[in-house]
Amino acid sequence: MSHSTQQLDRVVIKFAGDSGDGIQLTGSQFAETTALFGNDIATFPDFPAEIRAPIGTVPGVSGFQLHFGNTHIFTPGDEFDVLVALNAAALKTNLKSLKKNGIIIVNNDGFDSKNLRLANIPETDNPLKNGSLDSYQVFAIDITKLTKLAVAEFGLGNKEAERCKNMYVLGLVYWLYNRNPEKTIQFIRSRFAKQPAVAEANIKALQAGFNYGDTTETFAVQYSVAEAPTAPGVYRSINGNQATALGLLAASVNTGLPLFLGTYPITPASDILHELSKYKGYNVYSFQAEDEIAGVCAAIGAAYGGSIGVTTSSGPGIALKTEAIGLATMLELPLVICNIQRGGPSTGLPTKTEQADLLQAMYGRNGECPVVVIAPATHSDCYEMAYQAVKIAMEHTVPVMFLSDGFIANGAEPWHIKNIESLPPIQSRFITAAADTDYRPYERNENLSRNIAVPGVKGMEHRIGGLEKEHITGNISYDAANHEFMVKTRAKKVELVADILPLQTFEYGNASSKLLIIGWGSTYGTISSAVSELQTEGHDVAYTHLKYINPLPKNFSDLIKGFDKVMVAELNSGQLIKIIRDKFLKDAKGINKIQGQPFMVKEIKAEILNYLQ
Amino acid sequence: MHSLEPVEIFNAKDLETDQEVRWCPGCGDYSILNSMKKILPELGRPRHEFVFVSGIGCSSRFPYYMHTYGMHSIHGRAASIATGLKTSRPELSVWMITGDGDSLSIGGNHLIHTLRRNPDINILLFNNQIYGLTKGQFSPTSEEGKITKSSPVGTVDHPFNPLALALGANATFIARTTDKDGKHQQEIYKRAYHHKGTSLVEIYQNCNVFNDGAFEIFTDKGTKQVSTLYLEHGKPMIFDNGNKGIKLDGLKPVVIDLTIHSADECLVHDETDKMKAFIINSFFDDVELPRPFGIIYINNGVSTFDDAMNAQLQHYKIEDKKAAFNELLKTKSYWEVK
Repeated sequence: MSHSTQQLDRVVIKFAGDSGDGIQLTGSQFAETTALFGNDIATFPDFPAEIRAPIGTVPGVSGFQLHFGNTHIFTPGDEFDVLVALNAAALKTNLKSLKKNGIIIVNNDGFDSKNLRLANIPETDNPLKNGSLDSYQVFAIDITKLTKLAVAEFGLGNKEAERCKNMYVLGLVYWLYNRNPEKTIQFIRSRFAKQPAVAEANIKALQAGFNYGDTTETFAVQYSVAEAPTAPGVYRSINGNQATALGLLAASVNTGLPLFLGTYPITPASDILHELSKYKGYNVYSFQAEDEIAGVCAAIGAAYGGSIGVTTSSGPGIALKTEAIGLATMLELPLVICNIQRGGPSTGLPTKTEQADLLQAMYGRNGECPVVVIAPATHSDCYEMAYQAVKIAMEHTVPVMFLSDGFIANGAEPWHIKNIESLPPIQSRFITAAADTDYRPYERNENLSRNIAVPGVKGMEHRIGGLEKEHITGNISYDAANHEFMVKTRAKKVELVADILPLQTFEYGNASSKLLIIGWGSTYGTISSAVSELQTEGHDVAYTHLKYINPLPKNFSDLIKGFDKVMVAELNSGQLIKIIRDKFLKDAKGINKIQGQPFMVKEIKAEILNYLQ
Repeated sequence: MHSLEPVEIFNAKDLETDQEVRWCPGCGDYSILNSMKKILPELGRPRHEFVFVSGIGCSSRFPYYMHTYGMHSIHGRAASIATGLKTSRPELSVWMITGDGDSLSIGGNHLIHTLRRNPDINILLFNNQIYGLTKGQFSPTSEEGKITKSSPVGTVDHPFNPLALALGANATFIARTTDKDGKHQQEIYKRAYHHKGTSLVEIYQNCNVFNDGAFEIFTDKGTKQVSTLYLEHGKPMIFDNGNKGIKLDGLKPVVIDLTIHSADECLVHDETDKMKAFIINSFFDDVELPRPFGIIYINNGVSTFDDAMNAQLQHYKIEDKKAAFNELLKTKSYWEVK
């Protein structure tokens, strides 16, 4: 059977099924293969908080969205071109984001009376039969049955055989987009190296799905998306948590100092712990503590001893670490705190994304307790920003809060690998050898950062603590003027970090544009797409994106002051905007979303257009 | 791992800092500070290899008065800070100074998990059965019914026996001493130092302002003999000037009169016997039995957290980290655009 091939610039696919269906694996395999082919991609895994919510139900739906194309891809896409739904609940949950006339590939076996009931759909309303999908191209295939038939020869149990259905679907989608399944075959072989029958069954299912597309007349067209033009070099796929872990590790490798991660498992930060705990050979201590507080305190203890102290968590854990972060501020020890933000307050939405911990990062401690706050803009940007977090902490003897989020952490993109040699040097403030000079623990350099004699250095014995310190000597002091001086000095020290920060620039537009939109952190891709499209459509909109929030880049005030119309887009009810209004008296307007989901490009565009008119 | 450089000669005087000691006059903490200052020069290590980490409370001011390295941290968390420090710097001698509020209340979680992990640190737990720094509220070791500012009609809490808690958490060294006996303290502290693993020393410490006389029965000349049992390894459990002993009636420890019974009937202390340690800890719950002092239990057969973790790091050690890191960045599925 020959099929015609249609060329496309970009495609958004959403794989959805039950959380036990292997959707994340299916999606990430497609992403890897397509990146390897040379497309640019952005991915967005979206899974339930429950490990195994009741099978077949709406809360149990797991999804993996990916956007690939022949040009630079900024976001996982607002709407899908293709929805692959392995059961009724997956279709029900995701249909609203499918483009009109989009492709739906469904598993017929996931729409039997049991699955309909689990998805709370009356049997009389079966969407495959009631005409509600008439405006889409529906391909309803007996995926479960065909998978079982395909793998029958391997003698697997019923459940094991059925589990191969994600590979059947993947094979089919590979065929549909003209992708070579070879990489996935290799992957299956290595993953199931100890269970050859399972490996071969999965490969057979993959091939059967591929062949189904090729040999049946179900699909009239195949699609093809050409390679994206990319700079020469070595690439890999990377998600935010991997990039964060590698950036932290790079700092340790470059300084020769041990990395001490004191942490406690929490979604969506745990993968940083998983990643770093593999790297013991690099002198990485990964300490899974009894709680969040012990995690950060152990990191402080290690930093006091001359290691790079890091703690990782998400909002609820950061709340618990608050007092210890205050201690590190008072001790003026380097400490990196990674907050992989999730929906809050309280336990909130553990697996969903939000940027609602900015004010917590800025102000959420007792007393006047400034820390440096930085936020990576993309998945791969976490690498350099995590490295930068260590550099700032070490060189300025200050805690640094690194604000990633669930979207950045779990989503992936191709990354032009940056070798260790490409990173700037880090000069720690640790004194590790005896000297003839008198050691005074709170004596400072021109950045106001102090010298830290680590325990074990002869002649520099000293005591530090959480009580207010006397300037220079570090002795306990209740002196009124000294306290005011020290509060201001700690604040000034953070402000002086701006001296080493890159100056703020426009991503799009310039100082004379009609409107300025400001973003921070993980919204970079979406706002970039929105502003790029608006410019193409003839709107003069400028965009600047903040990665350094405390302190702000030195020229930030100058950069924004000429604009009459300033908008701040963020995934909260308005936090950066409070800082902008407070510091610059700008009557900025907020673009806000608090749904546990990233912005859509069209949402940003609509808000900007609305304000422009 | 001791330092290779020649041991600095220092004495107790060299451990004084320029900070005025601000405990109340008559506080039991002075005796503990002095005992530590006496033994430190005898441990064969230079001064700069000692670190004292404390939490919050009266006792936690201790590091300011000891001219070594020291950190006065936050309430209850000294154990975690000490663990991070010791794990990453195993060659240091790390001491934790804490109290009954600091380690048994707000820091209870860290205490039990530290004991379970067994890093090679020494914990001196100053137990005065009261909150001193906050001026007189009951603590988790205060006796039931205690009348304090926060319990004007008496507490309804049951107190902890810290050493029973520690043993339950698989502590590898537990001992009890008192601020009134400098010599005994020094012996215990030295043994604690030499124990490889976490040593927990409970020190009965008198707060003469808010809980004066809490331990008088164990320290006063008139009552001490009958109310305390000083444990010695390999020796029968005898007290009251040899007039009384402890024997087992089944699993129950009972007091026997040695003017009638023979000392051979007495339970013999074996500091390596965990079952005996459980029995000794149970004395706490029986007013008829003397309060045991000395080393209750030592287990030298448990790996320390710092050793075990550093052994892992050593085992997987990569020599050329930069080259390995650049390879690591690529993963197995990198691709090249030419």
